Amino acid sequence: MLNRVAALGKATLDSVAGAGAAFFMLMRALVGKPQLRKSWPLLMQQMYSVGVLSLLIIVVSGLFIGMVLGLQGYTILVDFGAEQSLGPMVALSLLRELGPVVTALLFAGRAGSALTAEIGLMKATEQLSSLEMMGVDPLRRVISPRFWAGFYSMPILALVFSAVGIYGGYLVGVRWLGVDDGAFWSVMQSNVEWGQDILNGVIKSLVFAFVVTWIALHKGYQCTPTSVGISRATTSTVVTASLAVLGLDFVLTALMFG
Amino acid sequence: MRQVENSALDDALVVIDNLHFAHSFGAHQVYQNLSMRVPRGKITAVMGPSGIGKTTLLRLIGAQLYPQQGSIEFAGHNVHQLNRRDLYELRKRMSMLFQSGALFTDMTVYDNIAFPLREHSQLPEEIIDTIVKMKLEAVGLRGARDLMPAELSGGMARRAALARAIALDPELILYDEPFAGQDPISMGVIVKLIKELNESLGLTSIVVTHDIAEVMTIADYVYILADKQVVGHGTPAQLKQSDDPLIHQFLHGEADGPVPFHYKAATLEDDLLGSDHA
Amino acid sequence: MESRNTQLAVGLFVIIGILALLFLGLKAANTNVLTNGETYKLFAKFDNIGGLKERSPVKVGGVVVGRVSKISLVGDYYEPLVEMTISKEYNEFSDTTSVSILTSGLLGEQYIGLNPGFIDDTVEMLEDGDYIYDTKSALVLEDLIGQFLFGQGND
Repeated sequence: MLNRVAALGKATLDSVAGAGAAFFMLMRALVGKPQLRKSWPLLMQQMYSVGVLSLLIIVVSGLFIGMVLGLQGYTILVDFGAEQSLGPMVALSLLRELGPVVTALLFAGRAGSALTAEIGLMKATEQLSSLEMMGVDPLRRVISPRFWAGFYSMPILALVFSAVGIYGGYLVGVRWLGVDDGAFWSVMQSNVEWGQDILNGVIKSLVFAFVVTWIALHKGYQCTPTSVGISRATTSTVVTASLAVLGLDFVLTALMFG
Repeated sequence: MRQVENSALDDALVVIDNLHFAHSFGAHQVYQNLSMRVPRGKITAVMGPSGIGKTTLLRLIGAQLYPQQGSIEFAGHNVHQLNRRDLYELRKRMSMLFQSGALFTDMTVYDNIAFPLREHSQLPEEIIDTIVKMKLEAVGLRGARDLMPAELSGGMARRAALARAIALDPELILYDEPFAGQDPISMGVIVKLIKELNESLGLTSIVVTHDIAEVMTIADYVYILADKQVVGHGTPAQLKQSDDPLIHQFLHGEADGPVPFHYKAATLEDDLLGSDHA
Repeated sequence: MESRNTQLAVGLFVIIGILALLFLGLKAANTNVLTNGETYKLFAKFDNIGGLKERSPVKVGGVVVGRVSKISLVGDYYEPLVEMTISKEYNEFSDTTSVSILTSGLLGEQYIGLNPGFIDDTVEMLEDGDYIYDTKSALVLEDLIGQFLFGQGND
């Protein structure tokens, strides 16, 4: 019995220490005077590998999810003779929920795991230690550009996802199932609000971007520098980041639309 | 002989005093009462059986790890009491050759060697170019400058890493197992490079290794670590004549002796017959 | 050269993001009434607001001119008070203007219909914070049925 209590205590201490370490890692990576000349090319490089390379999966998934929404929505709405509400249904689901959330989940799987593995590997091959011994702070040099790249990329990806998804819904609803073209867009327009829907979606994806990138970087930076350690850290990134996104989504939705 | 030792002790670049270090909250004691002096401009070898924490010692000197007690001074500064900025400043004066080479995998060999220069000096690109080519020439890899680290053999990677380590002309180089896993030829090349660089650049070198034969030929002074502390030190010649059984065992590579062949365990009879359960 | 290509790709990436935002903003979202443009407020008391909600549209002849910004109960008798935010573009309503709560379609949402009153020298224009007194409440289905049955009985 006492052992269990002790184990619980140790687990608590470990997780508090882990959270503290993650917090300090981020603080040290982000605080301090930025050196634009040096960090700009690094940021570009990371924007490329984190953002541009994730574009394809985002576009394809967005298109298909939009098409499925169009199809499912139509079959339900047509029973009530309300198929003209297909536009707002597709647009609102994407802008408020699916755009930010699915983008964040895909991002965690595509870019987050890659970030963790890359940093874990840099740790295992002593590249991070080597930077430190050269008098270059690995947090500033390695962590910081990757963090900002993730933070900037994800909202862009989420917007692309929503836009492509709406187009997918349009393809299925209007082109295939014959919902009226004008009604599709005009009913959508009268129900979708800039501030309420688009902006809140962007805010959501900024929050997710922060959390997912942070988790991915922290898991990589703290991983045990062995092949087993790296693979565990990568798995852990995807699991933790996905759960965090879904949990936070509920909280944010409650705050924004509740 | 005594005179040589005294002058070496007077002009020490790195002084380790009474060091205690344990990993993860004292679970595993690595050093107890470790003291060491590294003479300036010389090659000092640190030897010991594997698993003794020789790499840990280098990380302590570079202040990547902090000891529980004791101090390490580099050129008169206690490295563990510097603030972050001063420590990073001080690290520019030392460099470390990691066991794996630790070349940055996303850059060419050329960019790897230019990296510390671009990071820390405001030199124009033409001068950096000249320096990089000279450093590559020194390790014989000028022709390999456009290769990626993944395309290099183990020995070449280590030489490239060595070129990067001397890019900023440091005062101290820490070599972490420079000979491990090398074929005889590249081992010979690295031995030669360490010796030559030390002489031509006036460096101080600390070589951590367990390849005795190689390091004994170039080292000016040798420390042997075992059982959490220094068990013997002296010039290679002194050590060879030592009659300490531990030193003798280590230098001649005997399987059993003061360092036992068996990991700590109950006696075989107890283990097999299960005396606990009897 | 490699870094130039990288920059180019990232630049395109950002442009695609901006295009997506423009598409969403212009094609998908409502751009007619900018809620953050210049607006003024009008108030109206109703007996019953039915299914009216905050953010429901305020229309004149079917054209959206503003939105319901707040619904509250006021006074000793807890009368519903509706606050409407109207675009400054339409600031020439006279104080004879009436409001009613209407329904778009059979099952549609409820909205507020503004009927602009007549204008001559004797009437004043509504300004920010004014009340509209001529109000018609929402139709409640049960009341309608009740009236219908009552009317039938009288015949």
